[in-house]
Formats: sequence, C-alpha cells, structure tokens
Amino acid sequence: MANTILNVDGLHVGYRVYGGTLKVLDGIRLVMDAGEKIAVVGETGCGKTTTMKSIMGILPRQAVIRKGQINFKGRNLLTPGTEARGMRTIRPKGVSMVFQDPIAALNPVFTVGQQLSDVIKYSRGQTKQLSKQSVRDAAIEVLKLSALPDPERILTNYPFQLSGGMRQRVCIAMALSTAGDLLIADEPTTNLDVTIQDQVLRLIRNLVEEQGMSLALVTHSLGVARQMTDRIYIMYAGTMVEVAPTEGLFDKPFHPYTKGLLGSVPKLTGEGIGLGIPGRIPDYLKPPAGCRFYPRCEEALPECKDNKPELYDVGGGHRVACFLYR
Amino acid sequence: MRKTWSSMLLRRLLQSILVLIGVSILIFGISRMVPGDPARMALGPRTPEWAVENLRKQLNLDKPLPVQYGLWLLKMLRGDLGESLVTRRLVNDDLRDFLPATAELIVVAAIIEIIGGILLGVFAARYSQTWFDGFTRVLAYLGVATPSFVWAIIFLLIFSFAWPILPATGRLSAGIITPPRITGMIVLDGILSGNFAAAWDCLLHLILPAISLAMYGVAQSARITRASMIENMERDSVYAHAAAGVPRRVIMTKYVLKPSLIPTVSVMALDIVAMAGNAFLVEMIFNYPGLSRYGMTAMLNKDLNAIVAVILILGLCFVVVNIIVDFIVALLDPRVAHYGGV
Ligand SMILES: Nc1ncnc2c1ncn2[C@@H]1O[C@H](COP(=O)(O)OP(=O)(O)OP(=O)(O)O)[C@@H](O)[C@H]1O
Ligand code: SF4
Ligand SMILES: [Mg+2]
Repeated sequence: MANTILNVDGLHVGYRVYGGTLKVLDGIRLVMDAGEKIAVVGETGCGKTTTMKSIMGILPRQAVIRKGQINFKGRNLLTPGTEARGMRTIRPKGVSMVFQDPIAALNPVFTVGQQLSDVIKYSRGQTKQLSKQSVRDAAIEVLKLSALPDPERILTNYPFQLSGGMRQRVCIAMALSTAGDLLIADEPTTNLDVTIQDQVLRLIRNLVEEQGMSLALVTHSLGVARQMTDRIYIMYAGTMVEVAPTEGLFDKPFHPYTKGLLGSVPKLTGEGIGLGIPGRIPDYLKPPAGCRFYPRCEEALPECKDNKPELYDVGGGHRVACFLYR
Repeated sequence: MRKTWSSMLLRRLLQSILVLIGVSILIFGISRMVPGDPARMALGPRTPEWAVENLRKQLNLDKPLPVQYGLWLLKMLRGDLGESLVTRRLVNDDLRDFLPATAELIVVAAIIEIIGGILLGVFAARYSQTWFDGFTRVLAYLGVATPSFVWAIIFLLIFSFAWPILPATGRLSAGIITPPRITGMIVLDGILSGNFAAAWDCLLHLILPAISLAMYGVAQSARITRASMIENMERDSVYAHAAAGVPRRVIMTKYVLKPSLIPTVSVMALDIVAMAGNAFLVEMIFNYPGLSRYGMTAMLNKDLNAIVAVILILGLCFVVVNIIVDFIVALLDPRVAHYGGV
C-alpha cells in the first residue's frame, strides 16, 4: 500500500483582504496512499476547503500560497509564480472534486447535458476528437453510475429543475467523468436532506471502491468519517493536529482538541463541531504565534505560546501535533 | 417550453396595454390641466360667446371628463393626432419626417453601446488588474460623468474641425441624392434602393452623434459586465469546469459570459430608452432633424398636440423595449423562462 499518490507538505496559504492577509493554512501536512480513503475533519472555517482547492489548483484570486509543496503522483504542483507574491499551482490530472454546495457547483444557465458534455469533451478529447454521440453516451453512463433515474431527461434539465440530492449526484457524475486516481469530496452532504445524506455517502464509497480511486472526504462529522474512511486527519485553524487510523483515533485520541471533539460527539452529529470546547477559532489576521490551539487549550505548557509543535509519532501510525507527546 | 413562452408574451402584452392606458390617462390629464379654455384660445378673445360655445360642443368640451377621455382615446387610436401649432402641419406628417431620423440615430447608438459595452467589459474582466482594466475604468468614469452633449461638442471639435474626417451636421452631404422613402431611415432606404452612396454618407453623419449618445451607456454597461463577469468567474461551477480541463476561452465566452449578461441587458434597455431624451441636445448640436429636437421645440412652444404625440411614442418605445428585454433575459436565464418572468 505504501504507494504515495498525494503528498502535501508545509503548505501555507493566506487570503489577501482589506487590512492585511488572513494567514489561514499554517504548514499543512497531508499524505495519501493509492486506494486509501481519508477524512479531513474540522470545524467550520478551519481551512478544509482551502486545503482541497490548493490541491486542485483552483484557489480564488485573493489567495496566496506562501510556501509549501504539493506532490501528486510524483509531480510537483507548486512552482514559484511569476509574481513575487507566492506560488502558482499546476492543475493535477486525475483529481476531481465534488463541491460543498451543489447549487454553486453547477452553472445555473446551462443544462446538465451542456455542462457534462463539455467536461467530458475537454477532459478526454484533447488528443482524440470525440463524436457527439460518444460524448452523450459517456454522459449518460456517468449519470447512471451516479444512480440517477432517467438520465436522458436529466441531460436536458437545468440545475434548478432538479432536487438537491439529484444535483449533488450530477456533481458526483461530473467529478466521476474526469476522475482518475483521486476523488475529493468537500462536505458532499452538508446541504442535503438527512434521508438523502446516507444514500449519497454510500454512492460515493461504492463508486470509489469500484473504480479503485482514493478518496479525500471533508466532513464536519466524526460519525461519517468513521463510517467511510480508513484514516482521519483532524484539522484545527489551518493546522493538522492529529492523524490516525480511524479506529485508533476513536480508541485513544491524544490531542486536547480531538479529545474535546470526541467528548462532544453526541451533540455534534447534527450540530457541527466545536460546541464542546470553549472558545473560538483564532483570528487569522493575528493568529497565535505558537500552537494555534493555545488560547483554548486547558493543558497548555509554557512553550506552547511561542513554539509550533510538529507532528510527533505516538505509535501505530498515529501522529499528534502537541508538545505533550514530544 | 413553448407554452411558457407564449403565455409569457401574452402576459407581457396585457401588462403593456395597462401601462399604455396609464400613460394615456396621464397625457390626457396634463393636456386638460393646461390653464385656459381651449375653445376660447383657439378662436381668440374677440369671438362672441355663442361661437365659442358651439366650438366647445364640437370639441365635446361640454361632456363629463370620462366621456371626453374616451372620445380623445378613440381619436388617438384612429391615428388622428391633430395639427401642430408650430409647424402648422399635421402632427402625423411631422412624425413621418422626424421619427425615422431619430430611430436611425438611436439604433446606431444602441449597436455601439451593445458591442462596445460588452467587449470592453469582457476584456476588462479577462485582463483585470492590468493596464487595459485601468484604461476601461478611466473611460467608464469619464463616460458616466460627462453628459452626451459635452461629448458631442468634443467630438465635433476634434473630428470635424481639428481633424476633419467626419461630417459635422445634418443627415446627408450636399449633392447626395436622397433615396426614395421606404422606411424614412436613410441608411436602410439607401441599401434597399441600391443607393449605397447615400447609405454610406448618412452612416458617416450618424457616427459622431451616435457615439456621443452612446458614451454613457457604453461606460455603464462595460462596468456592469465587468463586475458580473468577475463575480461569475469565482463560482465553484467555473472552478469545476476549469479543473476538468475546459479551456479558459470556452469558460469565459460561454459559462461566464451568459449569466453575466443578464444584469447588463436590463441596464442597456434603460440606457437605450433614455437615449431618446438625451438625443435632444445632441440633435441640436449636430443640427440633426430628429424627433427629440421636434419634441423639445414643441414643449418650449406649448404645442400640445405635438407634445402628446412625442410622449405617446416614448411610452410605446419603453413598452416595446421592455418586452424585448424580457425575452432576452428569459433566453439567457432559463429560470425566468420557466417561472414565466420575475
Ligand atoms: N475567498 C476568500 N477570501 C477571503 N477569505 C477567505 C476566502 N475563502 C475562505 N476564506 C477564509 O479562510 C478561512 C477558511 O475557509 P475554508 O472555506 O477553507 O474553511 P472550511 O474549513 O472549508 O469551512 P466550512 O466547514 O465552513 O466549509 C475562513 O476563515 C474564511 O473566512
Ligand atoms: S501544543 Fe500546547 S497548546 Fe497546543 S494543544 Fe498541545 S498542549 Fe495545547
Ligand atoms: Mg468548506
């Protein structure tokens, strides 16, 4: 299994805003093996989407990649940009993403068919010219794979004519049509009905397993992460605070933040994370100089104030970014 | 879909009729509010009272107001707009002469606004934060802040006097034979009758006034197009397409442009209707025989019949442009077509 396909290391990403730069990602480290399913769990605003968009090479204009490395299948995606501001990403081939909000992820004024065919045409067709019919066949096939009934009709529909669950399935189909090695699913069910959530998650897991892809699932919910993935990354305020095989994490969480999360699990399934831990995510304009969890940490040591903890190995593939486990 | 389109048209037509009825009541009201007894004014102060009384009966001024309105409306609907006090001709004949000239001017200005505004906006968005974006920004500030008659004077000074490459006044140069009247729009008539020299000459005469008239709209629609392009460029759907390898050119001209045009179109429509009013000073400066000039002269001279006619035509234009805009918006935005309008 030790065939690494994705290696993100020391990634620093900020957003230029009025009054300064939001220093959001602070040395993100994320490693994935081929065929592995990981979850990235963290409360809202901790930078999950920013991390995934960095990997995809689709950060918005305001974003600045200050330093770091992203390697996908041995290829370095970050190069020093022409502008002095930061780095430029090369878009990786074989990675696709299902976005958090299926309404925003589909263009409202084009039919599903128009959008899907362009995606298929340009992702596969650059070298060989695809006939209209074969593009259409491919579109129908991915819609069928995504468990959408009556795909011929859906091709002629505009996004607003579909239900939320159907829209997210269309997004999944779109991601599948270009997917190769890695599927990133950014909270794919947050905006869906509870009854649909489970279906969509199961669909994603089955598809990923059938196609032999790796999956990076972003979620608020530890329950979902446990059910879907092999390994969990816990993220806090732009840092990865703990990485562990799924069961290992639930058996013995180390990081004070993770412990707080697990302590608040019952409340959290529906509500989101962070209710069990007093305090708030820090201000990204002036983040803490040392451990980013320091202001909320009940076990803080004196050195935590000014020094950043690395990820320390605690055995069993379990790593924790906290001075308590140095 | 077809059913929705026709029901939308029907609804829009009904609404337009209501608007026009409103406009007609307004015009009728204004024309009756003008101080003085129309019959007495028409006959002069020395006419005996019985003759004035007769004329009153003849003009139905003795009937209650709603009846008067009905009769007046019937007359309008028959196309009888009366006689102009200033030109001493039938208002219909005046309109026949002046309306096509202004229509031609506004059509050319509208084309300039549509093409110029969209092109500038799209390129400013595509190359945002570059010198081109800065250039359009300055152009847009100037365009919005400067009234069209000032542009008219500036262009006239530059392109007709300092560097005379374009004609300064009128519709046709001396020595050019006016093509036979088909629509009254000389460019069109020239092309239809094969008199291309006249069509070309008339077009040259139109360039400066049309650009002066269009500057404001070009500026405004360029800014709006740019802003909504940039907003739409930041949508996840655009990122999803980009990540899938759809080329930037396709994304910009298809997936970003189409939704971005929706606000632009509505603003352009307002600009184009407003041109009819702004055309007045421009027509004055270029000595262009158009309807705006006619309407303004009518107002200054309290020429009631002519004023009524001009206002009616403006109202009609407004209604027609709005129907067209609704359809363009529905074409651009399937949600509008589906729900039958906003
Ligand atoms: N385009 C942007 N401009 C400025 N700040 C941004 C931008 N996008 C994100 N941010 C900021 O970066 C931080 C991280 O945002 P991000 O979307 O990555 O969080 P997230 O973990 O995905 O949250 P959620 O669970 O709510 O989706 C937030 O504080 C957010 O305000
Ligand atoms: S490093 Fe220090 S402040 Fe940070 S979580 Fe560990 S103990 Fe708390
Ligand atoms: Mg997010």
